[in-house]
Amino acid sequence: MNYRRRTTIIAATCLVVSLAASSFVLHRTDQLRPQATLDEVLFLSSPKVIERASLGYKGLMACIYWTRTVQYFGYRHHYYAASYNLLAPLLEITTHLDPHLVVAYEFGSSFLAPKPPHGAGEPERAIELMKYGIENNPDNWRLYYDLGFVYYVELRDYKAAAEAFERGSHVPNAHPFLKILAAQMAQHAGEYETARMLWSATYQTTQDKQIKQNAIDHLRALRVDEDVKHLQQAVTRFGERTGRLPANMAELLGAEGIPGIPVDPDSHPYKMTPEGRIEVRNPDDLPFITRGLPPGYQRKYHVLP
Amino acid sequence: MPAIEILGLEKIYSVGFWRKRPKRALHPLQLTVEDGEIFGFLGPNGAGKTTTLKLLMGLVSPTGGSARILGHEWTDPAVKAQIGFLPEQPYFYDYLTVRELLEYYGQLSGVPAKQRSQRVEQVLHQVGLQDARDVQLRKFSKGMLQRVGIGQAILHDPKVVFFDEPMSGLDPMGRREVRDLMEQLKQEGKTVFFSTHILSDAETLCDRVAIIHQGELRGVGAVEDLTSSVQGKIEVIWQGTHIPPSVKALGADCHVSGDCARAIVSEDQQDAIIDVLRRERQHLISITPVRISLEAYFVEKLRHSETTAGKTA
Amino acid sequence: MRNRIAYIASNTFREAVRDRVLYNLIAFALLLSGAAILVGQISIEIEKLVVINLGLTAVSLFGVVIAIFIGIGLVSKEIEKRTLYTVLSRPVRRWEFIIGKFFGLAGTLVVNTFFMAIGVFAALFYVSHKFVRADALILVALYFIVLEFVIICSVALLFSSFSSPLLSAVFAFSLFIVGCFAEDLRNFAGMAHGILRWLATGAAYLVPNFSAFNVITSIAHEQPVAGQLILQNTLYALSYAAMALSGAVLIFEHRDLK
Repeated sequence: MNYRRRTTIIAATCLVVSLAASSFVLHRTDQLRPQATLDEVLFLSSPKVIERASLGYKGLMACIYWTRTVQYFGYRHHYYAASYNLLAPLLEITTHLDPHLVVAYEFGSSFLAPKPPHGAGEPERAIELMKYGIENNPDNWRLYYDLGFVYYVELRDYKAAAEAFERGSHVPNAHPFLKILAAQMAQHAGEYETARMLWSATYQTTQDKQIKQNAIDHLRALRVDEDVKHLQQAVTRFGERTGRLPANMAELLGAEGIPGIPVDPDSHPYKMTPEGRIEVRNPDDLPFITRGLPPGYQRKYHVLP
Repeated sequence: MPAIEILGLEKIYSVGFWRKRPKRALHPLQLTVEDGEIFGFLGPNGAGKTTTLKLLMGLVSPTGGSARILGHEWTDPAVKAQIGFLPEQPYFYDYLTVRELLEYYGQLSGVPAKQRSQRVEQVLHQVGLQDARDVQLRKFSKGMLQRVGIGQAILHDPKVVFFDEPMSGLDPMGRREVRDLMEQLKQEGKTVFFSTHILSDAETLCDRVAIIHQGELRGVGAVEDLTSSVQGKIEVIWQGTHIPPSVKALGADCHVSGDCARAIVSEDQQDAIIDVLRRERQHLISITPVRISLEAYFVEKLRHSETTAGKTA
Repeated sequence: MRNRIAYIASNTFREAVRDRVLYNLIAFALLLSGAAILVGQISIEIEKLVVINLGLTAVSLFGVVIAIFIGIGLVSKEIEKRTLYTVLSRPVRRWEFIIGKFFGLAGTLVVNTFFMAIGVFAALFYVSHKFVRADALILVALYFIVLEFVIICSVALLFSSFSSPLLSAVFAFSLFIVGCFAEDLRNFAGMAHGILRWLATGAAYLVPNFSAFNVITSIAHEQPVAGQLILQNTLYALSYAAMALSGAVLIFEHRDLK
């Protein structure tokens, strides 16, 4: 009996100790290779190979790759990555496995085309992806919208955008705004109203959180751009009238008869520099704005590999 | 009509991966078993007893020859309903209880549903397993499994039963019970064909035996005929402890046991010794022919067949 | 005759149940609930898609594994343990034995699938909070999965009738995987020449073709399944199973049970 008890104690201790040791080593190894798990996803980068490897269970594989895509982008976006090399391949694999996964195309249209750190900076691949989506889902109006979206926002090809919206509007059950957008493209493409319409449409019709947040950020930026533009025009008018710059924001507001205190979407009042420039208080909180930035302002990006 | 007729059944196995070497397990066998007898099929291990039984059960197909059971071709499925089989060291579905197993076998044997449970109970009692009826077979000892085997063999009241080494693995009590059971089956009018290498069992039970060795039949016949066909001696017993010298003069083998004296002489000296004993006024108790044991016959037969070319007796 | 097959089938089912095979349902339930809850957390807009895809894939894969693991032992185990001797000494034809075993195994899988289906629908309700008419398509997908099982059972039984359990498992799994690629094999055969073409074509038609049975992806997007496809898949499964079972019966009929 003594031998048995001794063996039991030694074996049990061994078990506990080795469990602790292996967990500890694994933890340390994870810290050594920060994003290795995500990057390894594309060890197999050919959609065809992955399709075969899934033995016919493509739907599930597509779900898995979609999950990876969302996590990949979300993580890197959070840290303002300088590149998103794997986004296009991941989306291509996902949609190859399940061509009807519409949300993947939506994601591609929002995030493949814009430049880093807001996206992968590959508008041509985005166009390709949208066309592939339309080919496989010709009755889904959403994909025509996404295609037009890319043309409008990133490539500023208003004619192609109009075409896409127009085609989409003929699809049964199409959202009514497609017709409106198609018409807007022709005349008022560069206006804030049009852009606002587009981003609102995206915000209302998507269910993906990241796409929604992106749309909100753009709408806020549009508002800021507009506000700053108007305020800057007010400064110019003041200068033409009085021949000098306003002493401060309060004088400007009073002189131009602007009611209340103009604030940005975060409720921070706009400020005016001594040189008469209208600027936002916290440019870091307002991505996508093109006006109201201090001169020489650079957004801080992490250069994630 | 004989119960079993084996008409030249033989079996040659092809052994080896590329089917090169033929291995003869059974030479063409000619054998008849009469209705209602207990027939012993004797032989050392590997003699071909199990092969013969497997051939008769249709588990293995013969290289040549045929057989008839109860007048039908042995492959006729109708025959199967009338025979029972106990294989050597049987093993059953161990996830079933013995009652479930017997019910299942009853179903397969075509025992009508109404009689099935009754019959199962009957058989459970007959083999002494009624207290273990709801125990899973995986918990059974070897002896109990043997009894299950006998039970399933007689469940459907077959006319002929085939037992392969029915006593193997049993303790003396168990063997006695199996022997009693086989006697009972004979009384019920069934034919029992069983193989064994334990000769004492055969001696007490069988009406007739056959001896098989290295796939060939070496001898067939009633036990008495086989054992008494040799030697032809008689044993004379008389009262008293006195051995007359004239008896010894006959060349008799004499000894005293208890209050009797015994002498063994050859058959042709029977009259001579009776005369001597009468003259000496000894009180004769009995005169019986001496039988050699079946074992001695068996050993002798085997040795004989090994040294010569081997012929049936 | 029909009775004996039914008796053998129900005994086979009983064996599977007592072998605790139905415990796999617990693992399945855990997997599915875990996934449903997890997916709700990550919320990637496709909860329903994930539940359907994961649920049905799991039903399919679990079932294939069970079909093969039980199927390969159905005959060989009985021969090895010699339980077969006392069965075949009864008025049971050898072919009845094979067919009975087949129905027992297929029946086990149908029951298993039934419980799993309940699990899938429960998980679906948990993430969607309601059922829509299109959810009935899941039943079609499940029916196709059951047809796949019928084919695999017959194949496993075929191998079991002449081969050891280990080899049978290897063959059966290989055949399943090849069956998933059967379409590619046929394409390859179309492109090859000469004797290779004949061999490839022969192989492509001899192996089970599972491509048409996997509709999980499309029904997850609520695309309808053609009635014609349902009919043809049924016919294919029945004829293929008949082929494999005939082979099993042939082999078993002539086998010496040493």
